[in-house]
Order: sequence, then C-alpha cells, then structure tokens
Amino acid sequence: MQVVPHVRELGMQIVDLQTEGIHIRLPYREEWLGDVVHGLIHPGIISTLVDSGSGLAVLARLENPEPIATLDLRMDYQRPALKDLSLDCRAEAYRVTPHIVFVRAKVWQTDEDKPIALSQLAFMRSSTSKKRVV
Amino acid sequence: MSNAFSEARRIARESRNYDALTALMPYARFIGVKLVEVDGQPRAQLPYRPSLIGNAQMPALHGGVTAAFMENAALMQLLLQLDETRVPKSIDFAIDYLKPGRPEDIYADCKISRLGQRVAHVAINCWQRSPDQVIAVARGHFLLTSTE
Repeated sequence: MQVVPHVRELGMQIVDLQTEGIHIRLPYREEWLGDVVHGLIHPGIISTLVDSGSGLAVLARLENPEPIATLDLRMDYQRPALKDLSLDCRAEAYRVTPHIVFVRAKVWQTDEDKPIALSQLAFMRSSTSKKRVV
Repeated sequence: MSNAFSEARRIARESRNYDALTALMPYARFIGVKLVEVDGQPRAQLPYRPSLIGNAQMPALHGGVTAAFMENAALMQLLLQLDETRVPKSIDFAIDYLKPGRPEDIYADCKISRLGQRVAHVAINCWQRSPDQVIAVARGHFLLTSTE
C-alpha cells in the first residue's frame, strides 16, 4: 500500500492481510474533520479508506497481481465518525469472476459491531486477463 | 457555536471568499478544494498535486479522492445554497467511475435534484478539461438540520 502516493500521505496501516479479507487502519488526524464545530470526521476520508481497503482486498484475493479499477462504490453511513478516534476498515472480496470482483466493506471506530459505514463496491479486472477463475 | 457556519456562509455569499467555510471543514482544506464562481454558481475545483495519485503506473488519481471531492462538493453546495446551521449529515453516497482521473485538476458541478423537509438529493458530475469530459458521476442523500 505504501507504493500508492495518496495512501502513504494519509498514513494508512495494514492490520491484517488474508486471502479471505483485509483489515486496515487510519490513525486520527485533525485534518480528517469535516465539521470542527461538532467534532465529526468528514465522510470523504471514509470513502477513501474504503476504496483503498477494498482494492487491497481484491489484490489479496487474486492469485497473481493485475491492474484493477473501481467501477462503483456505495457508502451507507450508519452513524457519525467522531474526532480523536482512528478508523478501522475490514474488506472482503466475496465474489470473483473473470472480469469483475465484488467487495463489501465496513468501517468502525471503537466497536466493530457498531459500524460507521457499510459499503459495497465492484472492481474491474484488467481486460487482458483471460484466466479462468474458480 | 452553530452560528459559525451561518457566519462563514454570509462571508461566502457577500465576498465570494470561501476561506471561512473551508476553515470549518479541515478535510476540504487538506485535499485542497477551491471554490470558483461560474455563471453565479459555485464550482468546486481540486488542483492537482502528486500526492493525490492512487495508481502510480498509469498514473491516475486515487478513486477515493475523486469520491471525497465530489461528496464534499455536494455538502458545500448545500451549505451555500440553503440556510443550514451545520454540515448536513451524509445518509448514503454512490459513485460510478467512468474513466480514470488524469494527473490534472478535477472539477465538480452539483445539482440539488430534490429538496424535501428532511432530506436533500444531490447529483454530482466530476470532469476534467471541459464539462463534457466526465470522469465520474455520483449522487447522495443528505439529512438536513432543520429536522433536529
């Protein structure tokens, strides 16, 4: 992930990296706030965390590295993200087809069972890939 | 406290200076969002810098940055156009990527498609070079403050 310039700038960390799913963390910075008056983290940085974590989940799931591109991303915000707390993201590439990979992700702060956001994404695999995928 | 947004909006409307507003939204300032006035409408601009890259090989902008920039544009549009006393809460946000973002400035135009009592629906177009070169489209639902 550190080869991705924007991910490096944000300081995301890999907590766990498995074929079945990944867990990454974004330590808190005041720069993440979207509302200083109420001390709430901007939803935009949460989308960036989800997009990064989901891309990583796809690469972790594929046997060989290949270029991928996000086709779409949907965020459902369950509750506000609060200042001073890091953001954790777990993402799972739950369905791999020859051209498309489907991912679901969630973001939380203190309690994984009380997510900040739930997300659903589709990624396109590189068009040159003709490999059969089970 | 909640008058901070009203005051920032007053300054923005009167002097077309959006610094007070982005000061209340540090993340908008962090990625480097600028607002410019085009035909009486605010247009969001994100000047390119190398640390916004998500794919170094292509190279292409980070898809998360494009999403964040567009959602932020929608939030700022709502703050400027309505009389909200705080940043509306995002309910959901969906983005479709049409082509990779070149390592250049990106722009976003927002349209409030529906304004209800509690919820606003905003459609956002993101483009590079000219408004017909769309790189992503998105829409979001936002909860308005008057409901609290």
